[in-house]
Amino acid sequence: MTLTIVDLGCGNLGSVAIALERFGVAPLITADAERIAAAERVVLPGVGAAGFAMERIEALSLSETLRSLRQPVLGICLGMQLLFEESEEAAGPCLGIIPGRVRRLDPAPERPVPHMGWSRLAVSDPRIGLSDGDYVYFAHSFACDTGTATRAFADYGREIPAIVVQENVWGAQFHPERSGEAGARFLQAWLDS
Amino acid sequence: MPARRIIPCLDVKDGRVVKGVQFRDHRDAGDIIEQALRYRDEGADELVFYDIGASPEGRSLDLGWVRRIARVIDIPFTVAGGIRSRDRAAACLDAGADKISINSPALERPALIGEIARDFGSQCVVVGVDSLAVEGDYVVKQYTGSPEATRDAGRRTLDWVREATERGAGEIVLNCMRQDGVRTGYDLAHTRDVVDAVDVPVIASGGAGSPEHFRDAFAEAGVSGALAASVFHDRLIAIPDLKEFLATCGIEMRR
Repeated sequence: MTLTIVDLGCGNLGSVAIALERFGVAPLITADAERIAAAERVVLPGVGAAGFAMERIEALSLSETLRSLRQPVLGICLGMQLLFEESEEAAGPCLGIIPGRVRRLDPAPERPVPHMGWSRLAVSDPRIGLSDGDYVYFAHSFACDTGTATRAFADYGREIPAIVVQENVWGAQFHPERSGEAGARFLQAWLDS
Repeated sequence: MPARRIIPCLDVKDGRVVKGVQFRDHRDAGDIIEQALRYRDEGADELVFYDIGASPEGRSLDLGWVRRIARVIDIPFTVAGGIRSRDRAAACLDAGADKISINSPALERPALIGEIARDFGSQCVVVGVDSLAVEGDYVVKQYTGSPEATRDAGRRTLDWVREATERGAGEIVLNCMRQDGVRTGYDLAHTRDVVDAVDVPVIASGGAGSPEHFRDAFAEAGVSGALAASVFHDRLIAIPDLKEFLATCGIEMRR
């Protein structure tokens, strides 16, 4: 199976690649549009800022390639946020594959921002490999709004969509590669999808 | 609040885990990978690796062990030690670290915090603060990895944590130096003041000696995580038992 990890030059690609290697996958890390389009599966990872990441996508001429993927796609953390129409963290539009916008989290007493650590999930779709009460690891200051694509969420003052699924495109706001056994179950479910 | 985090801290020197008392007299505490796997298996929520010799020796941490840890660990981990540039932080993240923690270099050049946060996001920038009580106030110490090099940073702790978060730090590890390695409990009042001063998660560090100390850090000081070294390395507290105890105290734990 060919799997590419999109290399925007602004993220921690190492731990995502290593996590996928545990499933016997040999991911190719690349920013080459043809190789991304030709892969059987595509991971859009990212730590970092949405504005910087979208600038990189434009500079690498990848936006049309990413919008037109029909194979299974997984966006992780910032990579999931980029799937939406716009983000308060970016001046211009994001990829617009999934309807909705990404908004900043508001800090409150007992609710610091970034939302950092292991939060419990409420899960509405058994296909994602996770169950109600599973803990997964989050590290983010922005989040999308709940919508029809939401398949699991965490509660952090507002509902934080943890997993979105729209046709061939999945997104995880948390870090499956750093979420222990629960994260591995999610990655397995995506690889089986 | 997510589940409160239990965070073993592994001080690294010459590729081995070491532990000192009040930042002195380091003794060997084991192999890095063995220790990392042990804590992961026991249910640690996150690990921190500090190359304690890096800053005082004027070098950066060794990426070799960062890559080795990234390969075997499936929980988040933070690395620290002499990270003095945006590019060095990038290399640590590329090697597989989830967060980088900066202490003395951030005091030398505070703009470094913003340079890393701008490109990689605040969620991967931790600022470690070594705080010491002096004449009724708390001040920041620098180069604490070696007693000979330790000196005043010339800043009040509360001023510095506010500045660090305004510049983009996404987490503060507050290490209260009088408490370090002496197991008399976290400095709750000072830690509470820091929690109240910033919007980002605060991790308590220095002084954990009993399960009650962890409980108080969460319930009274309001921290997101509690970091400890010697009580875990010396097997005085087992993480599964600690989490069980804290859960019975009404503190949310991932188990």
